[in-house]
Amino acid sequence: MIARDTLKGWGFVAPALLWTLAFFVVPFVVMGAMSLATLEGRTLVWGFSLANYAELAQKAYLWRAVLVSLEITLTVTVLSILLAYPLAWIIAFRVPPRWQRLALLLAILPFWTSYVVRSYAWLLVLSREGVVNKALMTLGLIAEPITLANTRIATVTGFVHFFVMLLTLTIFANLIQLSPNYRRAAMDLGANAFQTFRHVILPLTLPGIVTGAFLTFVLCIGDYITPQILGGNNELTVPQVIMVQLGRRADFPLASALAIVLMGLVTLAYLGCARWLRLDRI
Amino acid sequence: MKKLTFALLGSTCLAPAAMAQEELNALVWCDHTDPALIEPFEEAHGVKVNLREYEGTGAALALLEQSRPGDWDVLVIDGIDVFRAVDAGLLAEIPADQLPTGDFFPEVVMAENNGADGKTYAVTEKFGYNTISYNSDKVDPADMEDLTKVWSEKYDGRLTIYDYYLPVMGLAAMSAGIDTADISADTLEELGTVLTDMRGRAASVAGVVASQTALATGEVDIVVGGGEWLTAVLAEEQPELTWTIPEQGAVRWAQSIGVLADSEKPDLALEFVKYIVSPEGQARLATSSCFWGMPANAEAGAHLSDAQKAVLRWDDQPDYLARTQLYPAPDIDLDIEMQDLWLETLSQ
Repeated sequence: MIARDTLKGWGFVAPALLWTLAFFVVPFVVMGAMSLATLEGRTLVWGFSLANYAELAQKAYLWRAVLVSLEITLTVTVLSILLAYPLAWIIAFRVPPRWQRLALLLAILPFWTSYVVRSYAWLLVLSREGVVNKALMTLGLIAEPITLANTRIATVTGFVHFFVMLLTLTIFANLIQLSPNYRRAAMDLGANAFQTFRHVILPLTLPGIVTGAFLTFVLCIGDYITPQILGGNNELTVPQVIMVQLGRRADFPLASALAIVLMGLVTLAYLGCARWLRLDRI
Repeated sequence: MKKLTFALLGSTCLAPAAMAQEELNALVWCDHTDPALIEPFEEAHGVKVNLREYEGTGAALALLEQSRPGDWDVLVIDGIDVFRAVDAGLLAEIPADQLPTGDFFPEVVMAENNGADGKTYAVTEKFGYNTISYNSDKVDPADMEDLTKVWSEKYDGRLTIYDYYLPVMGLAAMSAGIDTADISADTLEELGTVLTDMRGRAASVAGVVASQTALATGEVDIVVGGGEWLTAVLAEEQPELTWTIPEQGAVRWAQSIGVLADSEKPDLALEFVKYIVSPEGQARLATSSCFWGMPANAEAGAHLSDAQKAVLRWDDQPDYLARTQLYPAPDIDLDIEMQDLWLETLSQ
């Protein structure tokens, strides 16, 4: 009977396991092996060489790209949390329940447009002739247009616009699961609003924040489109460098080594937040 | 039995539909995806042409290596990279006597690029220039005739650089008096100095769409590495966006087309190549909605309007061809050094 149940259990998980094996484990092993191969001339030579990883240390633009990717990703993650939390709070506790669905729909509406189109739209908004500069000049706050497009500010803005939606959802999902009794009990025990938030609400909503933050980190650090369109190549991120390696030279070994480094960073991020990570809150 | 009968009937009914059209698979640049270019060939031959766009020769070669033999029939490739496809055994020999190269602008026949060991593997189909595009209302056109003035203090923050290292490094070399063919490891330091100056003045380094958008919206006034391919599609709405070839010259790009060695439809693929280099096909390719460029076949002029020829600067071609140099065509080691220098400059 037990053997039969076990078999049944394996039968249920087999599709997921096979899927993971085919579309994650095998590609990952191939990518790992590729990162240890070398390109001799235009010929791929399989082997066990750490030359591609050594290049990371030797070529300043490569490790600089890693640093830039990390800086942008951390900035985006923090800003997105700071903006998403109040938004999720308002939707969860200030918007009447019958309007919550509409409010959430409005919050995620930008998801409905193409990512590329949205990035180019931001480029126009932030350009010297764009809405932001024109508004600031009309208000007399600046005399000359300021450079916003093709900067890190533009990249971060484009990212934050996207990831605030994601974080709002994960935090909202967490907030509405909280019983109002927690707040009432804290108030009864003499805590003021800030203390209630600091010591009761925030710790209880940490899984939602961390889950959204982790997803933001993963998606942001591997993104090519936003920094390419909005950053104006004024600083390079790892995905941009990977694309250059592939575009003309087809240097898959070096590109794979860079991709492994990215995965390493994501793994570190996972380990850092594993304690609070609750993907079932999404 | 009944099931078998239905199955047979079904397959009999479906067969004509499934087999009605032969298909040709072509790996191309975006200018070939214009229906105005492809549909006349499809109608004339009763075939369906499946087009797959790519960017970067490396990406195309990787895609071909990962494909099954026979998956692809036609390849459009950067003129300077034909030898890479030939070395990899990817291109089939094509009969030179069936190609109208006698009608081509002589400078772009480039038999040495398109062939090896006396055999022809590809044919030039389109060319143009990586030079200086600018907004004539915002900059002094006279300044645009001198490369060193383009990235001078006067235009600080008002230019964008086209995001492809070969033509931009070619322009940097020409501004320093170095021919593109003479770029070597020994000249890279000098090129690096020019690139750093250029980069320091630039607001951004952008791809095709982003640089076009930047120029059209007034974000920048100059595109280093631009040309007719960048401004031609905007000419009607914004005639102030124009381009020139400075006194130091500019870089000439050329794209070639060939038949893949593993094609199972080599005759049809060759017909496609012949159509593309025919005067009619050339006129359509030159004015493709994706980007414009000069047709290799001079007979295409008969199929272009005066306005189209004016945008392409048809009458200036003899002068332009004489004053421009082909893309740098580095060997593998130099290519790696050039790319490293480019990425180093970008990340400064």
